[in-house]
Amino acid sequence: MKGQRQDQAPDWPALYAQLAEQSRDPRLKAFYQAGVVAMDTPIEAVPLLALDVETTGLDARQHAIISLGLVPLSLQRIRCGEARYWVVKPTSELSGESVPFHRITHSDIRHAPRLTHILDELLAAMQGHVMVVHYRNIERGFIDQAVRQQLGEGLHFPVIDTMQLEARLHRTRQPGWLAKLLGRQPTSIRLADSRLRYNLPLYQAHHALTDALATAELLQAQVATHYALDTPVGKLWS
Amino acid sequence: MQIELIEIRDHLNRFPPFDALPEDRLDAIASQVQVAYFKAGSDILLYGADIHELHYVRSGAVEIYRRNGELYNRLSEGDIFGQAGLLRSNKVRFPARAIEDSLIYFIPAAVFAQLCEAFDSFADFVEAEGQSRLKSAVDSQGKARDLMKIKVRQLIARAPVSVTLDTPVREAARVMTEQSVSSLVIVDPNARWPNPEQVSVLDQQTQVMVGILTDRDMRTRVVAEGLGADTPVSQVMSPNPITVQADDSVFEAMLCMLRNNIHHLPVVQRRRPVGMLNLSDIIRYESQSSLHLVNTLFNQTQVSGLQALLPDLRATFVRMVRDEASAHMIGSATAGLGRAFTQRLLELAEAELGPPPVPYSFMALGSMARDEQLLVTDQDNALVLDDRFDPAVHDDYFLKLARFVSKGLAACGYAYCKGGIMASNPQWRQPLRVWQGYFREWIDRPNPTTLLNSCIFFDLDSVYGESELVEQLKDLVATRASANPAFLAAMARNALNRTPPLGFFRTFVMETDGQQKNIINLKGRGTAPLTDLIRVHALACGSKAQNSFERLDAIAATKLMPPEAISQLRYALEFLSLVRIRHQASAVEAEREPNNYIEPEQVSASERYNLKEAFQVLSNAQKFLRFRYPPHAVRNP
Repeated sequence: MKGQRQDQAPDWPALYAQLAEQSRDPRLKAFYQAGVVAMDTPIEAVPLLALDVETTGLDARQHAIISLGLVPLSLQRIRCGEARYWVVKPTSELSGESVPFHRITHSDIRHAPRLTHILDELLAAMQGHVMVVHYRNIERGFIDQAVRQQLGEGLHFPVIDTMQLEARLHRTRQPGWLAKLLGRQPTSIRLADSRLRYNLPLYQAHHALTDALATAELLQAQVATHYALDTPVGKLWS
Repeated sequence: MQIELIEIRDHLNRFPPFDALPEDRLDAIASQVQVAYFKAGSDILLYGADIHELHYVRSGAVEIYRRNGELYNRLSEGDIFGQAGLLRSNKVRFPARAIEDSLIYFIPAAVFAQLCEAFDSFADFVEAEGQSRLKSAVDSQGKARDLMKIKVRQLIARAPVSVTLDTPVREAARVMTEQSVSSLVIVDPNARWPNPEQVSVLDQQTQVMVGILTDRDMRTRVVAEGLGADTPVSQVMSPNPITVQADDSVFEAMLCMLRNNIHHLPVVQRRRPVGMLNLSDIIRYESQSSLHLVNTLFNQTQVSGLQALLPDLRATFVRMVRDEASAHMIGSATAGLGRAFTQRLLELAEAELGPPPVPYSFMALGSMARDEQLLVTDQDNALVLDDRFDPAVHDDYFLKLARFVSKGLAACGYAYCKGGIMASNPQWRQPLRVWQGYFREWIDRPNPTTLLNSCIFFDLDSVYGESELVEQLKDLVATRASANPAFLAAMARNALNRTPPLGFFRTFVMETDGQQKNIINLKGRGTAPLTDLIRVHALACGSKAQNSFERLDAIAATKLMPPEAISQLRYALEFLSLVRIRHQASAVEAEREPNNYIEPEQVSASERYNLKEAFQVLSNAQKFLRFRYPPHAVRNP
């Protein structure tokens, strides 16, 4: 799916049907069989799940998930009552460099469950939802890798990437030579900076649940500002 | 395990009525909140629609309308709406619309009902809405008074950024840059709360704040000193910082910064650091504040620069009057500015003379110590020196220091004290033990001269240096005076020397001896005798408070006087001070020299009525003082 353009987003319902056939693990089979909304479903009717993972590093093959936060939402409401948050024991070493970011220390994870113990709950929460993330490569890559390690097969799921939506607005073309010459900075599409453009409050970054909530709010703001409520989800997901 | 929605809980915790709820309850509420974003201009509640949630403004601004479309209220961060509908018919009574991009929290009706049931304060707050808060929104109150009402927590935008004690300064600098903050809270992960059973579970989880580090510290203590990037922050932080409580008013925070000349003030909820208040936060909130002037003041390197700020000082005073600040606020802020002038002069003096040979405290007396300073004031100050002081060796330094400051203050509009109560006078430039000797003597064997001293010196406060020296003197006064009825009786008699004018007519004042005067000294016949009698009662109570309003609080706590009498005194003092203040402010505006004299002819009818009442309160209070300390009780030992 790398490098796919928005108009070439996969046909997720078809892909789910296909994956349901191919998967050997019963849990993954069930996950795909539950299906996903059709591409032309209006965004206001799509069950969404904002998702954020904090990791020990940036490379899904080398580093591991250390915490996950998720909160279900619709365009009308973000439902904190159904939010979930886990700190998990990473499969790779907790590097000292990442600690200042997520503030999760060795003592915090000493008694944390391994990811395998929460996998069923995670899949249940994700099932039937379209995920909402800020910078899809991280969540997608790490969850795929984690599921691959546990179940021997990866996990594919549709995401709406709020960073990608910002990029569409602010990175429509390469900066011209004049902008480069003048050293103009491109508009930042980081989560906190993007939120500011919609007058959303400043949050303490790098807590998986806070970031999931922050991403959920950002999506509501983006749609309220730039999209019609009946925009087909196929135009937003990837 | 309960999920912690930190951002939601911490935000609720900053605003009433949630701020009064226990932490675990806040966590429970946060975990049931729903959130939605509303673009500016979009409807949040439509009239008559079903409503099953309390609405809370997380960010942005919301307008509430009457059924007829008329604007009813305008809400912002931390305000709630929709309760009128919830409490009655579960139908929207007042429609709401976002007027800025807004984030709204929805709290389910069931949770709302439980909170009303379990917490009277919560129920009172939500029920009182409609009326009182609306009134305050509609009545345009003086801007300055808002500073008294608005709580510090409403100005803090985010949780404090903290690092541990052993963090290298390089890392600290990186965190400051990354988080775009100008200061860090330093925590000690190994420290424990002193009384673990008395702190909430949440506090126990929170690390103990042991210091703060500002970008200025980075410059002056790290870079300028050539320290390595690996130096731990513990070596360069300011330990045990002064803090404010989240529930303190912005005004109190402002005074705290004024008094201590600090630009970063950690905000704590009970003991847990919840934010960092910067000078710029307050200036942004109230750009005309006296803090702005203080900031300028501390940048002056010459006495002439300070002198040039005199018009600014007066302008600040006038502005507070126009903003309808209370007398208490204006007196405190003006005293704070006076302190700042004094502190800066002492810094400049030390820069010229070198560091002091022994520790000292520069002590303010009278109105500055009471935080009741106005524009017309002379300087009353003294030096309390460490007991190691040796006149032959050290006095030359302190004489120069005292003269420098005295002269500087005179240049800045604080006239020389006619009674010579200035640190430049050798009698008032003495080590602690000599002061203790003076004070004991004045209390144990009062005579007319020492009684006059007691009236001035027993309003005392350290302005600069080792404040402990002055604290010891305050302790001595509080314990010794209250135990000495003869002294109190003598002070009481002294406080009756000046009486208010009761025959206050339209164009003149009729004195008791039948003399008519067309001018009246508001200080000498009003505020001064009032503060005198409050001082006597406060000394009798063993109170260490210096400010007259705070002294009244202390007196009220002992039940020495009935509560109505206390509130009358408070009203009288506030009113008499305000008339004085307004009189001075209008003189400044008319470019006349301010003074304390008013002409009854110039006083409006309503003001005259109130003045008469205030003078009557003073007169009654003097009668009570006479009754409590009958003249025959005064014996000369």
